[in-house]
Parts: sequence; structure tokens; C-alpha cells
Amino acid sequence: MYSKILALRFPKKMVNEPIAATLVKKFDLSFNILKAVIYPRKEGLMVLELSGHRKNFLEGLRYLKKIGVLVEDISHDIKRDDEKCFQCGACTAVCPTGALYIKRPEMEVIFDKDRCSACELCVLACPAWAMQVKFDRSILY
Amino acid sequence: MAKKKIRKTIEDINRKIKLGKVVVATADEMVDIVKKLGPEKAAREIDVVTTGTFSPMCSSGAFINFGHTQPAIKASRVWLNGVPAYAGLAAVDIYIGATEPSEDDPLNRVHPGQFKYGGGHVIHDLVAGRKIDVRAISYGTDCYPNREAKKRISIADVPYAMLLNPRNCYQNYNCAINLSNKTIYTYMGVLKPNAGNANYATSGQLSPLFNDPYYLTMGLGTRIFVGGAKGYIIGPGTQHNPFAERGKNGVPLTSAGTLMVMGNLKEMDPKWIVGASMLGYGCSLAMGIGVPIPILNEDMARYAGVSDEEIFTQIIDYGKDYPKGEAKSLGQVSYADLKGGTVRFKGQDIPTVPISSYFRAVEIAHILKDWIEKGDFLLTNPQELLPTVPLFG
Repeated sequence: MYSKILALRFPKKMVNEPIAATLVKKFDLSFNILKAVIYPRKEGLMVLELSGHRKNFLEGLRYLKKIGVLVEDISHDIKRDDEKCFQCGACTAVCPTGALYIKRPEMEVIFDKDRCSACELCVLACPAWAMQVKFDRSILY
Repeated sequence: MAKKKIRKTIEDINRKIKLGKVVVATADEMVDIVKKLGPEKAAREIDVVTTGTFSPMCSSGAFINFGHTQPAIKASRVWLNGVPAYAGLAAVDIYIGATEPSEDDPLNRVHPGQFKYGGGHVIHDLVAGRKIDVRAISYGTDCYPNREAKKRISIADVPYAMLLNPRNCYQNYNCAINLSNKTIYTYMGVLKPNAGNANYATSGQLSPLFNDPYYLTMGLGTRIFVGGAKGYIIGPGTQHNPFAERGKNGVPLTSAGTLMVMGNLKEMDPKWIVGASMLGYGCSLAMGIGVPIPILNEDMARYAGVSDEEIFTQIIDYGKDYPKGEAKSLGQVSYADLKGGTVRFKGQDIPTVPISSYFRAVEIAHILKDWIEKGDFLLTNPQELLPTVPLFG
């Protein structure tokens, strides 16, 4: 079983394409959509967790790239500035996936990139502005 | 009180510090020491217990003298990086408060407001050595004719920068939940509807005032750790309330004592004094404070040995009760439960969320321990203790 949270960006001509359905039917992958936005200029962004056999996963990825979808590993886009983070834990109140959690008994606040869905709720909830989500939105414009 | 078997003075302890023979434990370590040895033996062995807390502390600010300008000005209104400072003082003296937002901040007009920059951030930037824009205006006088002045200052340039916080280090604090049906944004952080999370502050057994619940060793002149430097307690903080209900161990069950503290900003470290933004609430300053508790006798050992299981606070609804000014306890929880990750409320396990950094509090207690052991930090006799109440028993 292989699983990864990916950001898919597609140009406006592709918004009508049933991408997720194809991934399920043709490549036997399962998905969990964490975020889906269509921007004013009709370009789309979808964040999903894609799971299945590694071989199928890679083939699915090849399919996406072939049809012109830009695929990014989400963990590259999200950072915690450890200089700024003062380890309070306020972010854990809003994190829906448990990517931000408290390691006990040390009470250390951990950020597990691999579980982050880039919902951005922590960005504002953090008193120290330590969470940075940097989507490269340039391809959308 | 019964006659004490062990009696030490601050002078005795300082003598041991100078000889390198002092024995220091953090308040965390003291819990096990007292459990193992009992208070009397612990008091014989341990001379000082170090505490720590790191948390947004809104009632903070700094007096700054930004230096005279040419021509001279009697500043009547002053902004630091666009954040208004109080200028109703002598010519170039100001007080910058931690919660003052930038003048052009949209506040809560788009709710929840982000409060990206305020007085706390100005103080943080200064301590971090960054340059600050000062703008001052005035009405002009014969001796101070200048009506507007602008300059860029850094902490190194200003003649005087003193942190003076009117209320820090709350002895205990509410555990906040939200019983309304929408998310709310409070000084206790984001609270999800229908008791979705329970937020709490203070570092529990490591927190300064939990280890000396009757304030028997601290007051005006107690030397402490403030923002990474040596500073002082200068009196009771605003809202200091020794009359709060207490448990049998003397520990208050609700918010009680507070401290007014000061310290030289020029000596501080930006790691321990950090600008903070509370979503939908406002700007603040996250402060690191550590107080050494001298173990003068077995009673002080017993107090400093208090554990999270024996410290309690009250669950308060910030959705309806608190904003109405009708806060009432909906249940009592221990800091052991709060730190454990969930509290039981009406048959439901609610995830707990800390607003204070326990991780950093531990670090502070260890830094203070290190300073004392190395002989870099001597204890002081307070000139006047904080107001308190008669002891139990």
C-alpha cells in the first residue's frame, strides 16, 4: 500500500475531465479529496490523498502528467519556520489531519508533513506566524 | 505553623552558590524528589527549585526613551513601525503596550482579524536587533520647537529600553471551551463549537506561582529570568487576587496571584520574548519567565514538590457565559489530565490544546538552574512580599 498527499493543478480546458474517476477505474487507486478549488479564471486545484499499489500509483501519476496535469508533492509546499514556532500547541486545535500534534510527555509540538493536507487552517491560528504554505500559484495565471 | 526543622536563609543559599556547592532542581525534578525523600529530607538536600513558563502575556509593554532629536521635540503622539505608543510622558519617553495594533490594522472588520503586527511585535523586533521607524508629532514649545520628527532606531541606539509588564505569570488560568454552535476566536485560541476542544494555559507543576502558592519567598526585588535576561519582580500584578479559593495543598483552584515584572530589554533574547497574534482577538507578547524558589524550610519543599495531579483549574464556557460576564465553573480538571491530551466533560472526551509552551518552560527552568549552579545568578531577598492570605493549618 502506497499513499501520498498530492496537489494537482489543471489548466482551464481540463476542468471537465473526470480525473479522479479514471484513477479509480483504470488504475485501481483510491482517493480522498481534501480540497478542491476552481479559480476565477477556471484553472483548478485539487489536493487529494492517493493510495494503492506502488506500481499503480506510479502509472496513475504518469497518466496525470500525460494529460497535462501538474502534480506536486504537497509536503514541498508547506513549511514550519522552527525559528518562529514557540511550541505552544495552539495549532493542534484546528489541524484536521493530525499533522500537527503534541508528543507526550515532552509536550513538543511536532509537524508531520506527510499527514498535512494543506488546508491552511494552522496558518492563521498560529500566534507566531510560523506556518507557511507556499503554493506556487503562478501556473494558474 | 509548627516549628520548622530546617531553616535556611537567602544568604546561606547565596554562600553555597558562590562556593559552587548549591543544589538546584527544576520544579519537575522536585516532584519526584519530594515523593521519594519527603519534604524534610528534600529541604535538607535541595537549596533552590527553578520554575518556568512561556505564554502569551498580554499585559506587557516597555518604556523607551528614543533619544532627543534636532531640533528638539516634546513628542505628544508617537508611532513605532506604525504602532501607536503612549506619549503622555516627558519629551521623548514613551510606553509601547503589547496589545496595541498597528494603526492601519483592519482589526475585526473582516472577522476573524489577523492582527499581524502590534506592540508585541515591535518589542520583539527591537530585541532581535532590527531597525524600527519612529514617528513623533508635537504642538511645539519654546524649548521644544520641533513639530514632527522621524528617525530609525535600533535597541543599541536608544538610551533606555525597559520592559515593564503590569501583569504576568498568572498563578492559574481557566480551561476554555465553547458551548455555542459556532467557532469562536478568543485570547485562549480558536475554540470549536459544541466543546470541540478545551484550551488551557500555564505550565502546571513547572509554573512559578504554583510552586510558592502563598508567595512566601517572592515580592519586590526578587531576581528572576525575564525574556532571556535577569530581571525582577517589582510587586503584585494587576488583578493579583490571593483570596481565590484554594485546595488543601494551598494551591488556588482558579486564577489568583499575578506578578508585575521588569527587565532590561537590551539584555534580552528574541527567543524568549516573541510577538504574537491571536486570531480574531488581537496582538500580544509571548513571554518567558522563570522564578527561583528558595527552599528555606520543609514547607517550601512541600510546596515546590506539587505535581500536576494536585493542581486543578475550572472549565469555563467562552461561547456564552464568559462574554456575558457570567463565567461559572462547569467542572474541575487537573493539569495531569490537561497535559494528557483529553478531559472528560459531560461524558465526552474533549481534546486539550495548550496555549502556553510547556516545552519552552522546561528549557527556562533548566537555563535558570544552569545560571545558579555556575554562580552567575544570586538569589535576592524581596523587600516586600506579595499580598497573601493566612496559611492553612
